[in-house]
Amino acid sequence: MSAPPVIELRQAGLTYPGPPEVAALRPCDLTVQRGEYITIVGPSGAGKSTFLNIIGLLDQPTSGSYLLDGIDTAAVTDAERTALRGMRIGFVFQSFHLLSHRTARENVELAMVYQRTPRGTRKQRAEQALRRVGLGHRLDALPTRLSGGERQRVAIARALAAEPSLLLCDEPTGNLDSQTAASVLDLLDGLHHDGMTVVVITHDLEVARRGQRTITIRDGEVLA
Amino acid sequence: MKLPRSRMSLRDLASEAVAGIMQRPARSALTAVGTVLGVGALIAVTGLTSTAASQIDARFSELTATEVTVDDIAPDVPGQAGPAFPSDADAQVQRLHGVTAAGVSWHVRLQPGQDIASGPPGAIYTTSDRQAQLTAASAGALRAAGPTLQQGRSYDEFHDQHREHVAVLGAATAARLGITDLRNQPAVFIGSSPFAVIGILADVQRRPDLLSSVIVPRTTAEELWGPPTDDRAKMLITTQLGAAAQIAAEAPVALRPDHPDYLRATPPPDPRSLRSGVENDLGQLFLLLAAVCLVIGAVGIANTTLVAVLERSGEIGLRRALGARARHITTQFLAESMALGLLGGLVGASLGTVTIVAVAAAKQWTPVLHPATIATAPLLGLATGLLAGAYPAWRASRIQPAEALRR
Ligand SMILES: Nc1ncnc2c1ncn2[C@@H]1O[C@H](COP(=O)(O)OP(=O)(O)OP(=O)(O)O)[C@@H](O)[C@H]1O
Ligand SMILES: [Mg+2]
Repeated sequence: MSAPPVIELRQAGLTYPGPPEVAALRPCDLTVQRGEYITIVGPSGAGKSTFLNIIGLLDQPTSGSYLLDGIDTAAVTDAERTALRGMRIGFVFQSFHLLSHRTARENVELAMVYQRTPRGTRKQRAEQALRRVGLGHRLDALPTRLSGGERQRVAIARALAAEPSLLLCDEPTGNLDSQTAASVLDLLDGLHHDGMTVVVITHDLEVARRGQRTITIRDGEVLA
Repeated sequence: MKLPRSRMSLRDLASEAVAGIMQRPARSALTAVGTVLGVGALIAVTGLTSTAASQIDARFSELTATEVTVDDIAPDVPGQAGPAFPSDADAQVQRLHGVTAAGVSWHVRLQPGQDIASGPPGAIYTTSDRQAQLTAASAGALRAAGPTLQQGRSYDEFHDQHREHVAVLGAATAARLGITDLRNQPAVFIGSSPFAVIGILADVQRRPDLLSSVIVPRTTAEELWGPPTDDRAKMLITTQLGAAAQIAAEAPVALRPDHPDYLRATPPPDPRSLRSGVENDLGQLFLLLAAVCLVIGAVGIANTTLVAVLERSGEIGLRRALGARARHITTQFLAESMALGLLGGLVGASLGTVTIVAVAAAKQWTPVLHPATIATAPLLGLATGLLAGAYPAWRASRIQPAEALRR
């Protein structure tokens, strides 16, 4: 039996109830296999973040269904969906979302707090993840003392720490200069190379080219 | 299929809460001030009340509980003057059931030039004592004072009725007059009248002023210097334990059936009324102030926590993305406000205790504070924090992660 696809959307769509009603994502089908590197492009307001919220279990489709690792996400309870999100999905945001008063290590450890991972394991995995993103020497630095690129690396380490099936990045280079952006993208390339399933949202075509497959969203319509 | 749920250990909850508070230490400290003041004031007020009450307890001995004084409050009508106390006052009151001793006494005002001295005026060996007071006391009054004699005896009804020129000296007066040994049959001169000293008081249970007095029988004093003038006569009654209030009610009627209103009997104070007196006056005001402080403290915590929730919506969204359930967010913010409340309670309890000890030391009291009160104080702070944090924590749990992360 082959492993189920990581993402399987079946006529999944989302309409914000409003008023006025906004059809942010029209029903679409999409399958992403384990280890794929997908980029999603589209103009502002097209529905890219909406799409990411659905596959990241931050929002539920109002029509159709979404299977994550073969699990129908509509068939489980809210609490189970939250746990699925914490364990199987790693998020990277444009604005990093690091806790500014906690060290890099503590920020990464936060990804495992809600899984009740033992402290020792947590510490060890956080260090491992930070080393993986090239920050083994800044374990106890506060985010305010880190450069933009380093901050995004901490965020990526945090996303990796819980060993997710899927890495979701919404404009990961949006706040970075092109050189720093390139190094972050190289890091994502490396992760993909090691077998991670990666989905990156961007409106930068340069960034989009890094993926194996690019999906365009326009006016809520997913164009493969 | 059975999926696991997000879980968080208590230890992690605690350390996340502490980290949340320590994000803005100054703000957290200021937030806790209201609770500190509220709990501190509460502790101080209850502690000071119980401290003061216990001082009253200590002073309120059996001695005071068995003492009644009767004052002469007869109106000053010219021509109708005369003491409110009848001449058989002692006997009338001693007849009452429960009275152990009773008698009338007053301070005699001497004419200028009349001295209390150890010899006749003008004699070379005469020592006078200008500090000594002359007290006219019936035999019963002397008994009611509870005297302990150093030497000799006190006078009795016989001396009183026969207007004997006898005197009992307080120890201090005797010493100043140089009267040390009654075997020499010494005399004390009041003006030019000699009085045989028949006893020297070592101590008295009541009326310590007698220790620096020359005490003479009431009738003798009346004969020589007339009835009491503006320094009116008083009656001292000692009773059996528990009888005092009853005697106080009966005495004026027994003494003056025609005019009981000429006399005012003062029973011993009710210890319970004394204690509630302390609680009533300032105590209640301060308790109210303490409660107000506590409410202000709660509002302060609520306000700060609410602001923090709005400020930290990004963090909340992130935690939700990392697998936190709404209830984890609720408990975290509740834990933060409770920790602030607990901190305020602890500091407040310490400050309150210090206040009590300081006030007690200044007043030379023994500080009295029930351990249960100190133990409840931090809990009170905790409850304040819990109450104050409820609404902000609920708001925090309602924040939608997708919305919060959009920023
Ligand atoms: N909570 C909401 N309620 C109503 N409409 C919403 C809500 N969130 C988003 N929308 C609308 O849905 C559409 C898609 O928004 P979305 O955030 O997915 O765009 P986007 O492609 O991520 O844009 P950008 O590149 O600017 O981030 C927009 O028109 C937006 O206004
Ligand atoms: Mg977007």
